[in-house]
Amino acid sequence: MIVDGIGASVKRVEDHRFLSGKGHYTDDMNRPGQTHAVFRRSDSPHARIKSIDIAAASKMAGVVAIFTGADLAAEGVGGVPCGWQIHNKDGSPMAEPMHPVLAIDKVRHVGDPIAMVVAETKQQAKDAAEAINIEFEELGGISDVRAAIAPGAPLVHDDVASNVCFDWHIGDKAATEAAFANAFKIIKLDLTNNRLVPNAMEPRAAISEYDISSGEYTLHTTSQNPHVIRLLMGAFVLHIPEHKLRVVAPDVGGGFGSKIFHYAEEAALTWAAAKVLRPIKWTADRSESFITDAHGRDHVSHAELAVAEDGKFLGLRVETLANMGAYLSTFAPSVPTYLSATLLAGVYTTPAIYAQVKAVFTHTVPVDAYRGAGRPEATFLLERIVDVAARDLGMDRVEIRRKNFIPADAFPYQTPIALQYDSGDYQTTLRECLRMADYDGFEARRKAAAAKGKLRGIGMSTYVEACGIAPSAVAGALGARAGLYEVANIRVHPTGSVTVFTGAHSHGQGHETTFAQLVADQLGIPFNQIEIVHGDTSKVPFGMGTYGSRSLSVGGSAMVKAMDKIILKGRKIAAHLMEASLDDVEFKDGKFTVTGTDKSKAFAEISLTAYVPHNYPIEELEPGLEETAFYDPKNFTYPGGCHICEVEIDPNTGTVAVINFTAVDDVGRVINPMIVEGQVQGGIAQGIGQALLEHAIYDESGQLLSGSMMDYTMPRADDLPNILVGTESTMCTHNPLGAKGVGEVGAIGSPPAVINAVVDALRDYDVRHLDMPATPAKIWGIINAHTLKMAAE
Amino acid sequence: MYDFSYHKPGSVADAVKMLGADGEAKALAGGMTFIPVLKQRLNKPSAVVDLSAAGLSGIKLEGDKLIIGAMTTHATVASSPEVKKAIPALAHLANNIGDRQVRSRGTIGGSLANNDPSACYPSAVLALGATIHTNQRKVAADDYFQGMFATALEPGEIITAVEFPMAERAAYAKFPNPASRYAMVGVFVAKTAKGVRVAVTGAGQNGVFRHAAMEAALSTSFTPDAIKSVTTPADMMNADIHGSAAYRAHLVGVMAARAVAAA
Ligand SMILES: Cc1cc2nc3c(=O)[nH]c(=O)nc-3n(C[C@H](O)[C@H](O)[C@H](O)COP(=O)(O)OP(=O)(O)OC[C@H]3O[C@@H](n4cnc5c(N)ncnc54)[C@H](O)[C@@H]3O)c2cc1C
Repeated sequence: MIVDGIGASVKRVEDHRFLSGKGHYTDDMNRPGQTHAVFRRSDSPHARIKSIDIAAASKMAGVVAIFTGADLAAEGVGGVPCGWQIHNKDGSPMAEPMHPVLAIDKVRHVGDPIAMVVAETKQQAKDAAEAINIEFEELGGISDVRAAIAPGAPLVHDDVASNVCFDWHIGDKAATEAAFANAFKIIKLDLTNNRLVPNAMEPRAAISEYDISSGEYTLHTTSQNPHVIRLLMGAFVLHIPEHKLRVVAPDVGGGFGSKIFHYAEEAALTWAAAKVLRPIKWTADRSESFITDAHGRDHVSHAELAVAEDGKFLGLRVETLANMGAYLSTFAPSVPTYLSATLLAGVYTTPAIYAQVKAVFTHTVPVDAYRGAGRPEATFLLERIVDVAARDLGMDRVEIRRKNFIPADAFPYQTPIALQYDSGDYQTTLRECLRMADYDGFEARRKAAAAKGKLRGIGMSTYVEACGIAPSAVAGALGARAGLYEVANIRVHPTGSVTVFTGAHSHGQGHETTFAQLVADQLGIPFNQIEIVHGDTSKVPFGMGTYGSRSLSVGGSAMVKAMDKIILKGRKIAAHLMEASLDDVEFKDGKFTVTGTDKSKAFAEISLTAYVPHNYPIEELEPGLEETAFYDPKNFTYPGGCHICEVEIDPNTGTVAVINFTAVDDVGRVINPMIVEGQVQGGIAQGIGQALLEHAIYDESGQLLSGSMMDYTMPRADDLPNILVGTESTMCTHNPLGAKGVGEVGAIGSPPAVINAVVDALRDYDVRHLDMPATPAKIWGIINAHTLKMAAE
Repeated sequence: MYDFSYHKPGSVADAVKMLGADGEAKALAGGMTFIPVLKQRLNKPSAVVDLSAAGLSGIKLEGDKLIIGAMTTHATVASSPEVKKAIPALAHLANNIGDRQVRSRGTIGGSLANNDPSACYPSAVLALGATIHTNQRKVAADDYFQGMFATALEPGEIITAVEFPMAERAAYAKFPNPASRYAMVGVFVAKTAKGVRVAVTGAGQNGVFRHAAMEAALSTSFTPDAIKSVTTPADMMNADIHGSAAYRAHLVGVMAARAVAAA
């Protein structure tokens, strides 16, 4: 029996290295003869570059080279590509303006890189970057999506009229209009999903190298998907074939989406390594991260829900303005569209849904996928409007949800907007969560809090999300310019130990543990005989990386497929050794046995035979024991569940304390319950951060006002309650593991639960809705306005 | 950082000499403010004069005075038996500055020299009517604070210690800025032999200030009720992305009442 297999809370093997300072991060590396790069960036949100004078800077101590956009253009370096193409309502493709690696003619957001200085030391590079003389003509920027589409707004790209990147829709408009015509009531709500700065603990960093003798480039970079970076950068920007470009993402200290994308700095560094013929290193400062890492969210929506008298949802229509920032980041167009609007059915049977999304360019940092990517936006909108509907109809918030749930026996369930959910049981996750949160005991707690002068509130969200994006063909039809399968290569060594090469990438998720458990379980070999390798294009055959909670459901499934091949080959070898027919050899618990006999061969005997093929079916079978599988998912996976939040507000200051938080999620098959709990807790910490604390605030013109930790509120340990986590899983029906994914559920399910609790706590203050983050100042403003109004009456 | 030369003098006299000899030289205490400023290249000193070996740290009780050396860290003040005995509110204040790392490096002298409008110590110094000792003189708190980041210190002048009178009652209530956790509004109330004083930090447009109306009300009756109807004019208050002037004005009342209750 394998003790460290599926279902065991094995302690994370990678943590020894992380906790003892032995992690191997990009910035830890230094190369002989290495130089340092610093980027001169725009301080202006929007300006014309009239001239760039590098003469004085080039002569400064230690400067090796200075490159500008013109240098790259002269050598035919391409723009930073976008990996997802959306089509407008009229079928025409979205506007896809050029995104130069280094600015040419114009800068379009604060942080836009203009020149790259390469010098002997970082300080010298900084000195020279400051000394570059640039003449700007200020053009006036715009940061708000509504202002950006107003007539007369400054254009971000001269060739994109009225700053609209695309104007897209989904759903049956006529059926939705008809549903609204029959509505008992129409619930209307305007909401903004606040813009966030990802703030991974490790800032982005890279080291580029060029070997003049082989013509090979190597880029170490902080990436969630090194093969994708190799593909995008090699094929579209620098025109380097794959076999001459190695991309390595070593230990990476958090990504949350922000390290999926191909960034300009990576291309500039790689290109320049062949110019200066020395390694070049760059590590972002924290301030630089704030103005260059792709931001998250920033949707402004108007939603309308048509309801029947009994609370049944009849139809939903939504209009969203999505901020793209100044340029299209790698997956930006997919976020408000196929990752968000398609989820507007949520866990409900709403029969008619129509959504329109206008994506808008502004003079701000590009916006792209951030933990949850589109699904938190949809979930916030839906779970808020459901609460408002209950309020406007005078119905109980649990009751209205129960009434509209997709029943457990209705799966597979086809929603009216593209997705087909394979499995789920929303009544059960809700019931369990209500029980664990002691929902019934809440009124007593509310009273007790009131006696202390505190306003206590409770709120919930019942949600579903879509993970493990794909099938590739479907994603392609929706605009993806890449496949969305995953790859596993399983190399069994002669003595029976195993190295697994996976295209998924771990940047905190604990893959080295989870995947090893999976392999130990399936091959029946000890956990410590397995090594997981990821993050290096020269080792792993291919891969799409880690995001969208896909690593286990897609990457793990690829491993299962590869192990199936290993086991089949092993059975053939075993059949030969034991002189049995293949059909009579079964594999279980690490042993190949002839059915109904006591004849068996251990896994290690078979692997040894495969590499020492003396007694071997050499005519039919190649030696060796190594298999590769590409797994293309058949559908998305649909994790879901219920989150319940309990808050207490101090009416004197407006401060919100999260007192209790309970999550019961359906994540499909659980490999390591401890890691699952950690993922849920981490996601909820980010969700509470979004709901109460975090906000990337720009002034009208595009200056970032919350551009450092002094003004941008990250959640801290003392902002968080003890988080109770439960799982109530139904299995995914279309992948071999039954796994659905857990990376994003916390960040998706929690924000509306928090805001619903805050609104509930403020029930005596006439609040229908409030946008995130629910800061003390905002809450006090509501309380104060109400108090003044009551006094006036 | 730009290049600079680094000095670590062994006495105040040497430090003063170094700072006096070079107009571009700057003193370094805990570095919690100064080092980030250097790293962001917002300041370009020719020399940095580290005060850590100049014999400026330590806490002593002298008669009815508590004297805290300029280089004494927040952590030391927070855990000092002398401070806890003489003015527990001061230990409490120090214990809620920043985080553990900041408290282990940041100093009372650095805080007062910097006079950040959101810093905690200025409110205690002003409310308690403390005296700032420098290498050349003694300055009363009332004369010391001169608006945001502005003090009575002359170029090259070094704070050596801060002298606090005993307080009959004193307390500090802080509403932290959600992001930085500096004081968004901090109110220090004190009743000393010289009467009641109330100092507000974080909120005002001009840095730390005394709240005359509250002082008058509390002089009559040192109770939270006494200041219930005292208002704070919003037009004196700061406004930023974290809160409006009206919100800050309101919080001044809430924090003052909490401080009085705790004193
Ligand atoms: C994350 C963080 C959180 C913080 N939170 C708070 C908070 O909640 N409340 C709060 O009050 N403070 C807070 N601080 C500020 C901190 O507590 C220090 O008080 C502050 O950084 C200054 O003290 P220092 O010893 O570090 O001085 P330094 O940074 O070394 O110096 C600051 C300035 O004072 C000058 N200087 C220093 N010592 C002297 C002297 N003896 N004579 C003359 N000039 C001198 C220096 O030249 C420099 O200009 C925080 C700081 C950080 C980094």
